Amino acid sequence: MELFIQQVISGLATGSIYASLAVALVLIYRSTDIVNFAQGEMAMFSAYVAWALIGAGVPFWPALLITLVGSFIGGLLVERVVIRPVEGRPELTIVIVTIGLFIFFNALAGWLWTYQVRGFPSPFPQRTLELGPVRAGLPALGIVAVVGIVVGLLFLLFQRTKLGLTMRAAAENPESSRLVGIRVGWMLALGWGLAATVGAVSGVLVAPILFLSPNMMGAVLIFAFAAATLGGFDSPVGAVVGGLIVGVSENLAGTYVDVIGADLKIVIPMAIIVGVLLVKPAGLFGSPAVERV
Amino acid sequence: MTTGERDLLLEVRGLHATYGQGAVLHGIDFDVPTGGVVTILGSNGAGKTTTLRALSGEVSTRGSILLEGENLAGRSTEAIVRRGVAHVPQGRGTFVNFTVEENLRLGAHLRKDRDGVRADMDRMYEHFPVLGERREQQAGSLSGGEQQMLAVARALMLRPRLLLLDEPSLGLAPMVTRELFAIIGGINREENTTIVVVEQNARLALDLADMAYVLEAGRIVMAGTPEDVRDDEAMASAYLGYAV
Ligand SMILES: Nc1ncnc2c1ncn2[C@@H]1O[C@H](COP(=O)(O)OP(=O)(O)OP(=O)(O)O)[C@@H](O)[C@H]1O
Ligand SMILES: [Mg+2]
Repeated sequence: MELFIQQVISGLATGSIYASLAVALVLIYRSTDIVNFAQGEMAMFSAYVAWALIGAGVPFWPALLITLVGSFIGGLLVERVVIRPVEGRPELTIVIVTIGLFIFFNALAGWLWTYQVRGFPSPFPQRTLELGPVRAGLPALGIVAVVGIVVGLLFLLFQRTKLGLTMRAAAENPESSRLVGIRVGWMLALGWGLAATVGAVSGVLVAPILFLSPNMMGAVLIFAFAAATLGGFDSPVGAVVGGLIVGVSENLAGTYVDVIGADLKIVIPMAIIVGVLLVKPAGLFGSPAVERV
Repeated sequence: MTTGERDLLLEVRGLHATYGQGAVLHGIDFDVPTGGVVTILGSNGAGKTTTLRALSGEVSTRGSILLEGENLAGRSTEAIVRRGVAHVPQGRGTFVNFTVEENLRLGAHLRKDRDGVRADMDRMYEHFPVLGERREQQAGSLSGGEQQMLAVARALMLRPRLLLLDEPSLGLAPMVTRELFAIIGGINREENTTIVVVEQNARLALDLADMAYVLEAGRIVMAGTPEDVRDDEAMASAYLGYAV
């Protein structure tokens, strides 16, 4: 039983990381119908920026803050410079552009920082808390807390502020939004900036676990896809719940299902993606193909 | 024409509009007097919706659209809205997943005067009591008539200088339509809002309007007072369904 609870806790920690990247995917998807295949690489690039800052002597938390602000601006610029010109083009065109971005960020990181795998400092002390018979690592709890705070802030932004209302409106109905004077294009760019910021959180949190390298986010992106698919690709709440479920089931299956072990874990997100698409394509929280009046 | 004595809020000259390759408006001229109600009549496909979309910068145009002397042609929709032009599109265009109250707040997106916005919301709930009863309800769950009222109220939250209404009667029961037109007329009188209303329901629109234009295949074929249209045999039989 203790083992089970410990596996659940560490599953929630990895699940939180998937959740934050899945939220980033969802933020862009629901406002532009674009699946940003470069989301993971953008997060990886952000993690490198944080690593470079820390290497230059900036303490972890200020380095994270600077990285998040930089990621926001970077995401905004990517939208304005790369995505804007192809807005409204066929989906395949846009998909190819985001794959181009994937390759660009991967190559740029490799060029700037080489493909050598590097250690990344964890901001959390490597201690365990004893809660009765259950032991929980502080890093795991810290990850859950950081993602919880980020998701909470996003929730407040979208549900409690005028800017959030405006962004949601622009995502739902661009035409009517223009007719009330909303600058829809800028709202989409803001969405990219926010997505890059949330994604950066996932990159910085996963780097101490997977170690930093330009290819670090490949598998994480697939787990995040599974999370977003499970939650419903247009629901941020779904992305969070999906991320947690994927993380926990990954851990439990790795522990209790012998054939899966550590190496075959990648089967799990694949199975989830295929399963959800077959059984309930809209996911747990997604809106089924929205009806237009 | 009778517009000579009044100030013109809007002067449209030589307006052409195209979707991709196809031209839909072939150089139309019309005037909208300040504080007046102008109706544009025409059968399906005549170009009524396109005319309003041209005024809001939603289609590519040639020609001039002067709002108090300033040319709106070629400007973005957001910029035109900023100049006080509110548009209720055909088929309502409400934010269906947002509450009634949120829809009104979105309508006031450009306004900075919080107290004024609050007061205007209350005023909308007076004009449209059903909306007041449903303020926390999702717009998508309202009836067609209620959604149309919400769309009009949402547009009014801008405090527009010019209100463009595209077939407000579409899909509404006659009684609801009459109620809506009565409210629109009241708003025009009480708040001096200038209105352009496009309608197939010519009878009600002519009752409301001071000026009428008839559009056929992208050209204005008649301009005059509502009486002129009612008295014209061909127009009356085409748009009012009776012979004079
Ligand atoms: N998005 C579009 N792309 C191409 N052609 C269009 C588009 N919208 C309208 N048209 C064409 O423009 C012409 C005028 O359409 P418009 O919608 O302005 O007519 P309308 O007078 O509003 O008709 P209705 O009373 O049916 O609403 C029609 O021939 C229509 O097929
Ligand atoms: Mg029309």
